[in-house]
Amino acid sequence: MTAAIETQNLTKQYPHGFLHLKRKTSLENLTMQVEDGEVFGFLGPNGAGKSTTIKLLMGIIFPTAGSAQILGKPVSDVSMHQDIGYLPEQPYFYDYLTAAEVLDYFARFHGFRAAERKERVQKMLRKVGLETAGKIQLRKFSKGMLQRVGLAQAIVHDPKLLILDEPMSGLDPVGRREVRDIILELKNAGKTILFSTHILSDAETLCDRVGVIAGGQLRGVGAPGSIVGVKSLGMEIIFELTGSGAQIEKVRAKATKFGANYRMSVSEAELYAALEELRGASATIISVTQIKPTLEDFFMELVGKDRAQAAAVEVSGQ
Amino acid sequence: MSRVLIVARNTFREAVRDRVLYNLVFFALLMIASAVIVGQVSMDIETIVMVSLGLSAISLIGLLIAVFTGVGLVSKEIDKRTLHAVLARPLRRWEFLLGKFTGLVLTLTVNTAAMAAGLFLAMWSVKHSLVRGDAVALVAVYFILLKLMLVVALAMMFSCFTSPLLAILFTGGLYVAGLFVAQLRSLQLTQMSAHTQKFFSILSYLLPNFENYDVMGAAAHGRAISRSLVLHNTLYTALYCAIVLSVAAVIFSRKDLK
Repeated sequence: MTAAIETQNLTKQYPHGFLHLKRKTSLENLTMQVEDGEVFGFLGPNGAGKSTTIKLLMGIIFPTAGSAQILGKPVSDVSMHQDIGYLPEQPYFYDYLTAAEVLDYFARFHGFRAAERKERVQKMLRKVGLETAGKIQLRKFSKGMLQRVGLAQAIVHDPKLLILDEPMSGLDPVGRREVRDIILELKNAGKTILFSTHILSDAETLCDRVGVIAGGQLRGVGAPGSIVGVKSLGMEIIFELTGSGAQIEKVRAKATKFGANYRMSVSEAELYAALEELRGASATIISVTQIKPTLEDFFMELVGKDRAQAAAVEVSGQ
Repeated sequence: MSRVLIVARNTFREAVRDRVLYNLVFFALLMIASAVIVGQVSMDIETIVMVSLGLSAISLIGLLIAVFTGVGLVSKEIDKRTLHAVLARPLRRWEFLLGKFTGLVLTLTVNTAAMAAGLFLAMWSVKHSLVRGDAVALVAVYFILLKLMLVVALAMMFSCFTSPLLAILFTGGLYVAGLFVAQLRSLQLTQMSAHTQKFFSILSYLLPNFENYDVMGAAAHGRAISRSLVLHNTLYTALYCAIVLSVAAVIFSRKDLK
């Protein structure tokens, strides 16, 4: 596999403070690859450096140090934008244009003739569920509708690579599902997709690999399952429990009630002893499941560590 | 070049939809009112009054559009972040800048042409005829348009590196300074040192010379304007705009967008 996106020690610092003498690092030595044909999720909390990375890749801002290539060309070469579709974070387009006019405007840059543009525009509007809103000016659009226009303009020229900054942002559950389906459709069509998100379930569902970024640094890259580790966190037993008695009350004290059932978490070593105890209490076992760490656990652990570190630095006065 | 034209076309469409051309209604009312008044009170000075008033209005309205819209051409796109999706196309930043400039110049051309037509209509309604000498007003309108092009280029350049308010102030300041270039050039005060005189002399050549475009007096009196001045002003505008836009392109091409 070749790399569709490649960065080497990509760093971005912003001047700030009086006379801009101080420097704030938004991204530090980012080295990563997005392989051709994969869906890569870029995860991180707000201010982690996700959008900074994407803006650097799109040439909206310029790196302080390091370099990046897209489809084998340096990011400064705008000719490769012919093969890239980009959805900015919280997209905002010319609100005096209609949805169809915006798509037509963007399609013009890719050299399509009038008839083909018209066809593509209609196809894209249908794809994102805006076929009836094509003649409405964008100033009358909701945030979710603008997000759909954003996605449509990103794919109107059938690019090889898609860079989507928070594509689910501002969408209702139906809209999120539809965008997810479009991403899956594009993935099946062999497109390479890099998208940033802080919605972890979307990343777990869609991504071949994810990169987790926090505090401007890449903290881990891998398949959503492997990045969090394969080690089991224990076993979860769901059961029904009725009646009363000393044995039953003992089990009830160890379990958590949810709805009509009970839940109990034990280590793998304790599983058989726990099942024996439940049998002794005449409990009906509904399920026994291995507890694996989720992407969310990994994510929260990272963010928690960062916050603890920041607090420690603040307390020590450094 | 086609990408420049795509941006230019959209900029023109933006101006039309943002009702920039509504100023024509104001201009039409002004011309109608002045035609009525001039028709009643003048004594063979209808042309002078109408041409002076009309050209002043064309210049002032054009200047307001050139400065305020010119400054907003780039800064509004940066502020609203509409630029992000545009620059994701195979479009260089200088092409975007040139497209924006062309689009606004096209808007100003249509606007100025419509106002000029209104002026000639008002003149005809007052005099009930047009003579060959009245055509000088057309040259004056052309010079106003050249002046507006230069103002747009300056406004765009300033908006590439400073806030919209400062860009308006800088453009306005430079325009006013440019009206006094000849005075600056002939400034020879005895108490000035040779170095200071040299400085003002150089400055007078660096500043945009807006005095050259003022032929209102000649137009009002129907005096012919030399071809060499037309050629000089055309080339001067083209060269000055090219330099200013090149500086703007260099600044804009290195700018981090928010």
